[in-house]
Amino acid sequence: MALNRDFIGRSYPPDEPYEVSRVKIKEFANAIGDPNPAYRDQEAARALGHPDVIAPPTFAIAITMAAGGRAVADPDLGLDYGRVVHGEQRFVYTRPIHAGDVLLATATVEDIRTAGRNELMTTKVELATPEGEHVCTAYSSLVERGAEG
Amino acid sequence: MATRPKYDEVEVGAEIPAQTYPVQRLNLVMYAGASGDFNPIHWNERFAKAVGLPDVIAHGMYTMAEAGRLLTDWAGDPGAVVEYGVRFSAPVVVPDEEGATIQVGGKVEEKLGDGKVAVAITAKAGDATILTRARAVVQLA
Repeated sequence: MALNRDFIGRSYPPDEPYEVSRVKIKEFANAIGDPNPAYRDQEAARALGHPDVIAPPTFAIAITMAAGGRAVADPDLGLDYGRVVHGEQRFVYTRPIHAGDVLLATATVEDIRTAGRNELMTTKVELATPEGEHVCTAYSSLVERGAEG
Repeated sequence: MATRPKYDEVEVGAEIPAQTYPVQRLNLVMYAGASGDFNPIHWNERFAKAVGLPDVIAHGMYTMAEAGRLLTDWAGDPGAVVEYGVRFSAPVVVPDEEGATIQVGGKVEEKLGDGKVAVAITAKAGDATILTRARAVVQLA
């Protein structure tokens, strides 16, 4: 089913700020099996010039997926989540996320288009501090697979 | 920690030593919890097969994270990865007993100036190419 094109350009302002903790970063690093000390040892992170332990480059998804999900979950969009696969993902960082960061996520539906039998939806989620410092922008492309045959 | 590569010494075409990363079901359960993505196709074999998959598959984002380890280990500082993007081209199927192995390689594609290099990444599981258009920008010393 075609997705509702009215969603193109729709923006979702931040709701609750996300507080980045050392524990959550370590949990994420453990989950991806990465022993890098910059994710768990404050001294090691400081030696690299960071104020505290930093997060792996893909950690932002733990914040941005929920933010982008606000559009995805809106019944008016008409997305059948059971048919959705993750098509593309890209992160652009102004600086690494570190423990102690408080981040606000602003989500925007960038584009919705048809590709063959599939529907493609691209969202952009910007993470910034409450002071307005940009930290990361995450671009996600979701594919809703069309019916077979 | 690895020696950090220097911009002036890195040449276009230089290979980043390939790595293999094993994946077990346990990793996917841990990743579900850490990322908040609890889609049952990543941990429930019965559900995965019911929706037409050969078995449980890894989260695309888990695969992206593993390929990212090649970059962060090479750069010496994970914060040096300033841009990282991929297209998910095939799922990584993770059977209960054997698990799976992700093979990742990389090559310096372009020197961008200001100490930044573009790196092209390849990622496979068995014969399947699991990521395409995988590219990162890394800030070198």
